[in-house]
Amino acid sequence: MIPELGHFAIALACVIAAAQAVLPIWGAHRHDARLIAAAPALALGQFMAVGFSFLALVWSGVVSDFSVMNVAEYSSALTPLIYKITGTWGNHEGSILLWCLILSLCGAAIAVFGRGLPSALRARVIGVLGAVACGFLLFTLTASNPFNRVWPPPPDGQGVNPLLQDPGLAFHPPILYCGYVGFSIAFAFAVASLLEGRVDAAWGRWVRPWTLAAWCFLTCGIALGSWWSYYELGWGGYWFWDPVENASLLPWLTGTALLHSAIVVEKREALKIWSVLLAITTFSLSLSGTFLVRSGLLNSVHAFANDPTRGIFILALLGIVIGGSLLLFAIRAPVLVPAGIFAPISREGALVLNNILLCSIMAVVLVGTMYPPFVQLIVGQQISVGPPFFDSTAIPLAAPVMAAMGLGPVLSWKRAALAPALIRLWWAALAAFVLTAVTFHGLGGVAAVGFGFALWMVLSPAAELVERSRLFRVPLRASWSRLRLLPRASYGAAIGHAGLGVSVAGMVGMTLAVHTIQLVHPGETVTTGGFDWTLVSLRDQPGPDYVARVATLRVTDARSGAPVAVMHPARRAFPLQQQTTTDVSIKTNGLRDLYVAMGDERDGGVVLRIHVNPLAPWIWFGALIMALGGALSLSDRRLRIGAPIRLARRAAGVSVPAAAE
Amino acid sequence: MRNNQRARPFAGHRKNLRSLGLLLLCLMVSIGTARAVSDPTELLANPAQEARAEAIGQQLRCLVCQNESIEDSSADLARDIRTIIRQQVVAGRSNQQIIGYMVQRYGTFILLKPPFNGLTALLWGTPVIALLLGLGIAFGAHWQRRRRPQPGPAPLSEAERVRLESLLRS
Amino acid sequence: MSGMEQPGIIRRRLLLGVPLVLLAAAGGGWAMMLERMQQGEFDPHSLPSQLIGRRVPDFTLPGLTGAGFTGADLQNPKQPMLVNFFASWCVPCLQEAGVLGEIAKGGLPIWGIAYKDAPDATRAFLAQNGNPYARIAMDRPGRVAINWGVYGVPETYFIDGGGIVRWRYAGALTDAVVQRDLAPLLARAEKSAS
Repeated sequence: MIPELGHFAIALACVIAAAQAVLPIWGAHRHDARLIAAAPALALGQFMAVGFSFLALVWSGVVSDFSVMNVAEYSSALTPLIYKITGTWGNHEGSILLWCLILSLCGAAIAVFGRGLPSALRARVIGVLGAVACGFLLFTLTASNPFNRVWPPPPDGQGVNPLLQDPGLAFHPPILYCGYVGFSIAFAFAVASLLEGRVDAAWGRWVRPWTLAAWCFLTCGIALGSWWSYYELGWGGYWFWDPVENASLLPWLTGTALLHSAIVVEKREALKIWSVLLAITTFSLSLSGTFLVRSGLLNSVHAFANDPTRGIFILALLGIVIGGSLLLFAIRAPVLVPAGIFAPISREGALVLNNILLCSIMAVVLVGTMYPPFVQLIVGQQISVGPPFFDSTAIPLAAPVMAAMGLGPVLSWKRAALAPALIRLWWAALAAFVLTAVTFHGLGGVAAVGFGFALWMVLSPAAELVERSRLFRVPLRASWSRLRLLPRASYGAAIGHAGLGVSVAGMVGMTLAVHTIQLVHPGETVTTGGFDWTLVSLRDQPGPDYVARVATLRVTDARSGAPVAVMHPARRAFPLQQQTTTDVSIKTNGLRDLYVAMGDERDGGVVLRIHVNPLAPWIWFGALIMALGGALSLSDRRLRIGAPIRLARRAAGVSVPAAAE
Repeated sequence: MRNNQRARPFAGHRKNLRSLGLLLLCLMVSIGTARAVSDPTELLANPAQEARAEAIGQQLRCLVCQNESIEDSSADLARDIRTIIRQQVVAGRSNQQIIGYMVQRYGTFILLKPPFNGLTALLWGTPVIALLLGLGIAFGAHWQRRRRPQPGPAPLSEAERVRLESLLRS
Repeated sequence: MSGMEQPGIIRRRLLLGVPLVLLAAAGGGWAMMLERMQQGEFDPHSLPSQLIGRRVPDFTLPGLTGAGFTGADLQNPKQPMLVNFFASWCVPCLQEAGVLGEIAKGGLPIWGIAYKDAPDATRAFLAQNGNPYARIAMDRPGRVAINWGVYGVPETYFIDGGGIVRWRYAGALTDAVVQRDLAPLLARAEKSAS
């Protein structure tokens, strides 16, 4: 019964979405207040319908209703409850429904939190979101229905993929999708503004919080995926430039560019066409990524549903959504005339450079990922594009971004003098140079330069804040009050930039990792990376739906003999799915990771792969800091104030420091 | 109750059952297992030689899993190729010779780094092309704006002109 | 002023239309890829063989009982033939056993190379599923397979009357594949022989 209701709810949502797509936009075009006012209600209705449907699917999984084909194929009675719930989105149909859920959530969010927007704009935004949602719900209904039944129901399901029975991967899809799908809001704003024929400073102000929220989620989602790859797959790395990984990175790159571009639209009413195009491109890349990873066109270890028939439908959907918006862009964009002019050396100029570099990196990653299938199609030859290509092309483009990141925030708007700006950052640059020089011999040129960049990225935002507080140039009390009165968004930006520096430091540290592979018998000790690793025991350990073979290792410091950690790498055999996974053991002290993976057992001993990874946790810690910086910016009251009317209500006389950002 | 045909995820690939089997084998073995936690007896005693062999292995794609290097992959074929590489390193062959040996058997697809030739020129040129394109558009827009004559203030109306004169006189 | 702006506006409009053109090209490409994937003509996971147009490499392999065969036998064959790499532990090999049997009965000789297989296991496999092979060789270390550019089992190679490899199929043979790919090659080989 519940699955039928869930199925019906999808159909209902599809109809509501269709109405949501047509009525508000028509109403905004004809200035019909009733139709405009209907938009929020329709968005909320769609959200409730899709929400119910999603809950129905979760419920089916929780009660192990094996008459639902999705549950029978991807779940089982023995699966722990948490993974029955998260397994809902661990397969194709469920993840598409999750897409639809978050899409409807975006519409609902605009309906609830977008009250400060002009009603016509809000109606158009909700309308565009409705159109996209309608397409996806139609796809769900016709080609990807999670509520298909199987009769008679099998006695037990085929089980959740053991790889997915892991907290990191279980929560990776919702967070990632909130990022992917969250950019649909920016997309909707772009299309709505093209329909209206107007992009002004207010548009920049309105788009930013939604873009920022989506960006935070996407940053966390990518970091979570990379972290999972590191601790679960056990190959010791964290990024392979795998096509599916690239598909998630592409919208992040243009989303970051959009975030910065929107600032210029807001402050100076320039870069309008750039920003609209970036908004359309970011969501288009999200959509294309969804299509590509499910189509079977990409060579990837991620086993998604590789069904070409579904691919055609998604391709058509993509064609309509992206093609339609780009057509609208080509026709209407000339209307968007910039109001502010600026010199090449200025804050705007730095942001333009930032845009160009980020989009170049995006182009490189996109071309590298799509080159093999296109060459095979056109010429019939197989070529291979792997990590060495991306490393040698993306990193040289990223270096200028990292250098300019520190400089941009201290340049002034419209026209800036480069030398005084550079002088303000002198101590950050000096510290970076000193670090590079000091570590050059010990760690090698590449690592030294990398660490120098990382330190620069952490210290230059601090230098900017110091500059704004006029530290040591005015009395300390005055500096302090200046700092306190700085808008939160300034801190958010500084923390965000510093977070990237922390991540880069982690990546550079990983290039210095040490490892070894040895056959170890119980009682034997291996020495590597400055530690002694002693295998204490090997034993069996049953789990809920697996049998584990666990090794216990005692790790001590090689020089002092002081105990450092006890580690338990394991291998799990899942009898139902006939799969074996490895449980890598990682012990971190924040500055380095101890990493052990179990291999085959032979002659009473076990093959162990042992790593010492310096600064590894900083990679993901830095991403978290970036997301926190974004969240801090989001909490800035100025971003939540929509219509200019409310600004006038602020009490007069409260001095706000000149918005130099 | 409808008895729908089970939508097998890989239904479109009957011909590729073997690659499916290989992929599942990879997923089972390699994704779970640590990066090629291979037989330590296959590692070379001489660390310099071992480092060279690893560096070569890092440049070659595992053809079974297709998205790992043969150093990372736990597939049998990857292991065999690792052994061949180490044998040749010990025999004193150069990196180029060893990689050429592999390319002769498996084609350039086994290389993770695409070679630079007429076919891949566009690929390798992408960073430069993208950068030049972006800078070109940005500077082009900038110069166009500067070339367009700035509209001066609108001419004054009669009443405004009278008011201006009275203001200037006072 | 409007005369001066006309070329500027046209150039601008053209530039703004570029993303749409790129999308159309990409979309067209993807559509073609999907269509060809469904017809089996396009496979991003497949690998072209380096042996096509060349003779097989030199090798000597033992047989199940006694001698197997050598590269020389395949470089100068008496007639067109197939070489099939298989193994008893390989599931798709099971599925293509029937098709191979049909081909062998049709008169095209198939020589088998057992890849990383123990002789007992191979014998049991052949006993259970039929033996379509005119001759069998055992490649237990798997090195000869690497010299051929084999990257999995089963793989089937077609060698024409002149000893040149003309076709490699990676995966389990099906009637459809035999009809589509092998039959025209056979016809051409027979025509050049006569």
